Amino acid sequence: MTEIRFEHVWKEYGAHIVLEDVDFSLADHEFLVVIGPSGVGKTTLLRMLLAQERPTRGRILLDGQPIAAEPTADRGVVFQRYSVFPHKTVLGNVMMGPQWAGSPLLGRLFGVKRKSLRDDAMALLERVGLAEHADKYPAQLSGGMQQRLAIAQALINKPKVLLLDEPFGALDPGSRRSMHVLVRELWEERAMTIVMVTHDLMEAFHLGTRVVAVDRPRKDLQAPERFGARITSDFCAKPRIVRDSMKFEAARLRAAAEKTLAEQAIPAERATPAASRKD
Amino acid sequence: MRRIVNYHPSTTARIALGALPIAIAIAAYLIASDARLAANPGDKIMPAISSFYAAMARLIGRVDPTAGQPLFWYDTWLSLARLGAGLGISAAIGLVLGVLIGFIPYLRATFDPIVAALSLIPPLAVLPILFIAFGLGEASKIILIIFGVAPVMVRDMVLSVSAIPREQIIKAQTLGASTWQMILDVVLPQVLPRLIDTVRLSLGAAWLFVIAAEAITAEGGLGYRIFLVRRYLAMDVILPYVVWITLLAFLLDYGLRKLSAYAFPWNGLKEA
Repeated sequence: MTEIRFEHVWKEYGAHIVLEDVDFSLADHEFLVVIGPSGVGKTTLLRMLLAQERPTRGRILLDGQPIAAEPTADRGVVFQRYSVFPHKTVLGNVMMGPQWAGSPLLGRLFGVKRKSLRDDAMALLERVGLAEHADKYPAQLSGGMQQRLAIAQALINKPKVLLLDEPFGALDPGSRRSMHVLVRELWEERAMTIVMVTHDLMEAFHLGTRVVAVDRPRKDLQAPERFGARITSDFCAKPRIVRDSMKFEAARLRAAAEKTLAEQAIPAERATPAASRKD
Repeated sequence: MRRIVNYHPSTTARIALGALPIAIAIAAYLIASDARLAANPGDKIMPAISSFYAAMARLIGRVDPTAGQPLFWYDTWLSLARLGAGLGISAAIGLVLGVLIGFIPYLRATFDPIVAALSLIPPLAVLPILFIAFGLGEASKIILIIFGVAPVMVRDMVLSVSAIPREQIIKAQTLGASTWQMILDVVLPQVLPRLIDTVRLSLGAAWLFVIAAEAITAEGGLGYRIFLVRRYLAMDVILPYVVWITLLAFLLDYGLRKLSAYAFPWNGLKEA
């Protein structure tokens, strides 16, 4: 269970107010997409959740506890670019997190532990479709493949929340579509909570279960910096009850299909002697 | 008729064109030398190839009684040892201080100004201080190289550490890395290729300091020999020594470049 709560969070740089009174909670296994115009503070919102920046007022809670004051392993992240280490192979990149956790001094695991980690990493690479590229360096991969790698690298640590900062912004439309499918499936499979920032509305409503718009509702022409952005719209794109009933329906259909298959198999066996009797 | 910038020489033509100025320079020297020797057979300013050969055969072939070995190899060994020690210690200082100062904000705030100030002091201006403080032996020569080269290396390392994208550092933290682990696995591997490049670029300066220090005081060394035989106008020794120093510098540079390409295969991919 993961619950994120923003409690009246403000972010100010001196006299410049970026975000004002951002207040919302996010339940477990939601896919929150934050949209808004450029430069309005969407990324600041994400950075605060990452603890790369700290709120000026208010606080951010993860499962009821204030988040750590620096980035930690409970919040994974994928940026638009530079999320992978160029000096490690694809496999090496994915194996980094657990090696750091398991070996404080050397940052390397050996023997049986290494082998089991290697198997885990390969399984994950298989899942994101990079298994045959395991020995390449990131520079040898396309942009979409690098983002797949960045996701795999973040997921091997099993973070509570996965943060995506315009992760598909630099991709061509084809790889963007296949990334949508992958992220959607991973979100479903792993029952994760995802918070994504984007300025692509289509993407937002396609992927998100909840879409939050950030904008500046008030403007002072004499001092534009004195009013910050806040959540101007909070839209439940795929309500939980609908998702649950769809899941239930899918399971029911699957069960029904299996039942019919089984029933078809039995008459087919019976039909064979009947057919021979006809001869 | 295309624009001239659109004409590209073939590989053979490129080699031939590259060799042409060198061949012209050698030919010009030989002609001028011949002309001078025809006018005055005792001329020492532009010796013939045969004189170079004779002088070098003497320096390479004959064991010098004080050095205990041929002077040429003795000089080469002394100079390379000074150069290697100076550059090696400088590279170690550059790497350790550069990574720490570049990566840890408090250290950066503390040491950035003093490193900047140190790198602006002309090293040869403090050579007398080094001679006074460390004597006329090897220590002051090696410290001269370090003084001249290390501050620049530290600053270069600081810059290349700060050129690592912020995203990578944040990502490493979300994967649970400590400061030490980030230095070990994220920062160090990415600045090592740049360290080798910095050493390559510092080779010229390091040679300058070796030869300058040897010119003032030494018991041997390539620079020492050149400045010693200058008194006798012995161009037949000076010119081959200059060629040899150039060749050594080229070989060191080439070796370092190959080492970098071999040890950091990913670095070449980045530029491709």
